[in-house]
Amino acid sequence: MTDLLPPALILLVAALLTLFTRGHLRTAVILAAPLATLWAIWQVPDGVVATYTFIDYQIEPVEGSALRRLFATIFAIMAFGGGLFAFRQARTSELASAQAYAAGAVGVCFSGDLITMFVWWELMALFSTLVVWCGGTSSSKAAGIRYAIMHLLGGIILKVGIDGIAVQTGSVDIRPMLATDFATWMILIGVLINTAAPPVSAWLADAYPEASPTGSVFLSAFTTKTAVLALILLFPGEPVLIGVGLYMVLYGILYALLENDARRILAYSIVNQVGFMVCAIGIGTQLALNGAAAHAFAHIIYKALLFMSAGVVVYRVGKSKCTDLGGLFRTMPLTTICGIIGALAISGFPLTSGFTTKTMISQAAANENLVFVYMLLAAASAGVFLHAGIKFPWFVFFQKDSGLRPKDAPWNMAAAMVLFSALCILIGIFPDAFYKFLPYSLEYKAYSASKVIFYLQLLLFSGLAFFLLLPLMRRTLTISLDTDWLWRVALHRAVTFASAQLLAAGTKLGQLTDKSFAALRSRAESRFGERLESTRAGVFARAWTIGTTALWIAVLLTAYVLFYLV
Amino acid sequence: MTKDSKTDHWLVRPATIRWLWRIFIVVLALTVLAQFLLPVKGYFGVDGWFGFAAVYGFLACLGMVFVAKALGVVLKRDENYYQDQASDD
Repeated sequence: MTDLLPPALILLVAALLTLFTRGHLRTAVILAAPLATLWAIWQVPDGVVATYTFIDYQIEPVEGSALRRLFATIFAIMAFGGGLFAFRQARTSELASAQAYAAGAVGVCFSGDLITMFVWWELMALFSTLVVWCGGTSSSKAAGIRYAIMHLLGGIILKVGIDGIAVQTGSVDIRPMLATDFATWMILIGVLINTAAPPVSAWLADAYPEASPTGSVFLSAFTTKTAVLALILLFPGEPVLIGVGLYMVLYGILYALLENDARRILAYSIVNQVGFMVCAIGIGTQLALNGAAAHAFAHIIYKALLFMSAGVVVYRVGKSKCTDLGGLFRTMPLTTICGIIGALAISGFPLTSGFTTKTMISQAAANENLVFVYMLLAAASAGVFLHAGIKFPWFVFFQKDSGLRPKDAPWNMAAAMVLFSALCILIGIFPDAFYKFLPYSLEYKAYSASKVIFYLQLLLFSGLAFFLLLPLMRRTLTISLDTDWLWRVALHRAVTFASAQLLAAGTKLGQLTDKSFAALRSRAESRFGERLESTRAGVFARAWTIGTTALWIAVLLTAYVLFYLV
Repeated sequence: MTKDSKTDHWLVRPATIRWLWRIFIVVLALTVLAQFLLPVKGYFGVDGWFGFAAVYGFLACLGMVFVAKALGVVLKRDENYYQDQASDD
């Protein structure tokens, strides 16, 4: 068993090879490495496979379980699909970064201890920043810097928590905990930052849409979902997560409704979907955790599919604002159909993957008698159809005729989209085959007439609402402020103001000291100064005659003698 | 944009759109009427009411669109807002 290396190493080596190969060889590396990783993932047995000792702590680089293999599997599938989508269009640096980024995600999946997890976690932060920068524009550079600062900050908070746990318990083992003291709170916050939880949700919609058309496909998959896995492993049943999740669900919908940029709409809906998972982890029953894991799996596929269809549009027309797009279905039928399949899946339409996984979370809420949570999730399901299910395909592919007549997707992009569309539908039609891979073996029936009718009503009447409210949905050339305004504008203004004030205060202080020094100097001069033309010399600078001096010396000596004798 | 309804794509001709609306309304009605044949078993009673999901979904969307509109009044800025902020200094 000692010869088992972390499966993530395959992708890491592939990332290096991608940099140094060209042509077909590079293509082979990009497509074969995820498949080899997939094979390696399924060689990992349950339990801790290898342990080392590192400064008194047990390091467990590879630990297997059904849950860990499930997440690693979808990350490997994503690396394959993303690679297929991108290998002919993306820059080599982006492809290599994306593979190293995927390696980080797979590495987190099999980390048996917090230190190993942290190392892979930071690797992801590093290479995802590079993927953002590969967008190549000045705004992607700036967004990448903001992204990196946020994730490095999150990493520091996480590290503080890990160190706290290590000191308190003497062990860095990954095991379920609740946020009860400083160290556990730090870990929870550090992980939640990566899920785009409030109050820092803005980093996601800020950075992902600035990446290249291919880069945002990779970005949509790994960071938030490894954080979901970490939450399942570390904080199952943490009640705070229910509230955090519900906030994220509604935040995603409202911001997506206001948004004009197609890829930013999709980015907001990542926050929304991850909110469903976070909420499920907060509920914490076996069914809820199964639901969170299943939903993460399904979500990665349909969200990547949506970003692919948006990516093809950006690649072909170079635009992503709804106000510039429309009517593209005429010349991009395949991209349109794949986009619609992704949109139906994210909305949880029956016969798509979203339905078979999202309803599991709702069922878990109902089983725990959480009426409020269940009802909000149902309303949110309607809202998802509104903002992602209809709004995205409608404004990009239908709406008005923008006059654009771009070609449909290049063959490799088309192949990746068809592959992921097929997965969306397969999981929707054969959920039981998929449920076998979930962490807990539970009896769950995805389809019942009652449930299907309920969701069809919910979704179709949301559709009715969309088309009736269409005049209210007119896109405007605007962005929406978020909490990041606080550090992008308010903090900047405060620093500018403070430095201006300090400068003014410094000048004033300088003037004041100059003045007092000048006064001191003139006083000194008046006492000690030499005789100038117009003034008398200072008291101490005057010359005395010999007689006066001798007299004064005599007086002083007499006084001295007198004092000495008395 | 006045286009000859015969030369444009068949999917966007007014006649097609009228038909799509009719089909949509029939489907909407069917999903609600289906409840007579296959009763919806709610978890909490209220969600099993006739047409509950239809009304709830519609009102939820209405609510979210209006809340988003209201938020937009406060939060919406010109799309070059951040660039303008940066160039102010």
